[in-house]
Amino acid sequence: MSRVSLLLISHSHDIVNGLKSLLNQVQPEVNIAAAGGADGDIGTNAFTIKTALESIYSERGVVILFDLGSALINAELAVEMLGLDDGEKVIFADAPLVEGAYAAVVEAGVGGTVEEVAAAAESTKQLQKIAGEK
Amino acid sequence: MTFDAACGKQWMIAMNKTVQEKKDVLTELDQAVGDGDHGLNMARGFQEVVNKIDANEYEDLGSFFSEVGMTLISTVGGASGPLYGTAFIKLAAQLKGRKQADLPVLAAAFSAALEGIKARGRAEAGDKTMVDVWEPIVTHLLKRGELLQVEELTRLAQEKLEETKNLHAKKGRAAYLGKRSIGHLDPGAASSVYLFTAFADVLKGEIDNEQS
Repeated sequence: MSRVSLLLISHSHDIVNGLKSLLNQVQPEVNIAAAGGADGDIGTNAFTIKTALESIYSERGVVILFDLGSALINAELAVEMLGLDDGEKVIFADAPLVEGAYAAVVEAGVGGTVEEVAAAAESTKQLQKIAGEK
Repeated sequence: MTFDAACGKQWMIAMNKTVQEKKDVLTELDQAVGDGDHGLNMARGFQEVVNKIDANEYEDLGSFFSEVGMTLISTVGGASGPLYGTAFIKLAAQLKGRKQADLPVLAAAFSAALEGIKARGRAEAGDKTMVDVWEPIVTHLLKRGELLQVEELTRLAQEKLEETKNLHAKKGRAAYLGKRSIGHLDPGAASSVYLFTAFADVLKGEIDNEQS
């Protein structure tokens, strides 16, 4: 079964590569690419993101999760460079990176569509992490 | 006054000289409200731009500015890479096929560049960003056309930078500081002043040449 892929973007190489290891353990069947850092430093780079996106792109689609401001700006630029900015096959999830990626990989693993995977990621914005707390 | 790829090279060389000299100023401004990498990023990016354009010849302003934009996108980490990169790529699209441009044509191209920055950064004037310098400069260029006095540009850019001090940041890392961002100049607005000052200097050189 082909599945939706995930692209994880962070200012830090370690953050997204660590997160990718975590997700691979949960669901090894989902293709995940990590684009973290810029030239070995902290930052984001549109060309690094473009290469990562190309490596996992499939017709099922890709959901992108990102950390801070310029990650989104560079990712949008990368998606435009590949001509995938019609909002159909590549979707940005407005979600916390770790919890969102976890929910996304579970949904992608059971064969969810690109919209369903993005929605699963975004649903974690309301996640209550400590039971009984408000 | 006509502006060609040789003028573009002069502009980028002047901009690079300024950002190398002011690297620490930009870094200090960015340490106050952001992640402190703006000086280093701009210095790296514009040095790379100068290295690239120095060795090449350009058929038209479009190919020149496209090279500048792509170089900035690939070498400048953080938001300033894609934002300045987008601005130059929009200039390139507007000036494609032109060997030279006069002030009204340049003004229209800068207007498209500003729209590119605003769309890419989802920013408006008043958000304490580079747009707070770019928007009044573009409005002024459009209004004055051939009648532009270059000293007005530099003065206006500096005034608009000072005004960012009292603004509450709505975009970028500085937005995380909320009201505590008030009292600090915006680093992207500061580097934009350098860009327009370098541009004004090139224009002034061209105008002086024509008159002599």
